[in-house]
Amino acid sequence: MGLEAKLTQDGFITTTIDAIIAWARKSSVWPMPMGISCCAIEMIASADPKYDLARFGSEVMRFTPRQCDLMIVAGTVTYKMAQVVRRIYDQMPEPKWVIAMGACTSSGGMYRSYNVVQGIDQFLPVDVYTAGCPPRPENLINAVMTIQQKIAKTRARDFQDKPLLELQNR
Amino acid sequence: MEQKNITSKIKEKFGESVLEITEFRGDVSLSVTPNKIVEIAEFLKNDEDLQFVMCKDVTAIDWATRKNRFTIVYHVYSFKNNFNLRIKATISEDPPVIDSVTSVWRSANWYERETYDMYGINFRNHPDLRRMYMPEGFEYHPLRKEFPVLGIPGSLPLPEKPE
Repeated sequence: MGLEAKLTQDGFITTTIDAIIAWARKSSVWPMPMGISCCAIEMIASADPKYDLARFGSEVMRFTPRQCDLMIVAGTVTYKMAQVVRRIYDQMPEPKWVIAMGACTSSGGMYRSYNVVQGIDQFLPVDVYTAGCPPRPENLINAVMTIQQKIAKTRARDFQDKPLLELQNR
Repeated sequence: MEQKNITSKIKEKFGESVLEITEFRGDVSLSVTPNKIVEIAEFLKNDEDLQFVMCKDVTAIDWATRKNRFTIVYHVYSFKNNFNLRIKATISEDPPVIDSVTSVWRSANWYERETYDMYGINFRNHPDLRRMYMPEGFEYHPLRKEFPVLGIPGSLPLPEKPE
């Protein structure tokens, strides 16, 4: 059913560059675990053998943003922490995606207070919101799968570096 | 030392500076005049029989409408007597200043910074009176009664959204 089935037939496949790059990207989404509070525990649980995020190619949690393409913001973001989250986000190379995990990151949650940002979409482009306080690991895995569907629809040329494009057009 | 002896000893030493001694379910509170706070603190810590060597907490109460608006609350503990004591000193809003007890209990340093951050109370002779939780340059004191729960829009900087 997979690629090996094709190999026994003609020995080649036809596809587009866009499709194969999108397929490669969505099959190995490396998350940046931005675990700020209790949601991080469920995020860890989703990576362990019981729930096994590795089934979707996302088990490689990198603690350096320079190797990641998905930021999972898991926890309450205060105004002070917002500066740090944004700084880490800026260090991630394009293309990149963001999951707002849990009620706090999506809307401020139960912290309707002066010190908590009422939703990280005020300073980050969020792709998928996850409900729950904290969300179950299945819920986070569902969010990663939604990101995968989103990546599958992308075209490689959308993410070309802007400086590189400028160079080519010169 | 028994509770009765502790309170009477403090009352004896400071007389009119101790305004009131109250007890509620075994917790003893001492109301004192704010200008004597360091003297009283020194006595409580250094007296042979009392030895309140541990300062557990310094905080404040905002009474909002009262003439003397703020009450500073100290919680101290004596290992020798296994005894907790609460000291209260009430100050007015204009200006909200009280002497720092960091010279007596060094642990009061961060508690006083927190109280300064949240209530805007200035502690005289504090070695490093900076904000504790809120960012530097923040203009308000969040636990004051006039401060809205959701904060003042635009008072805390947020990074701009990319694209």
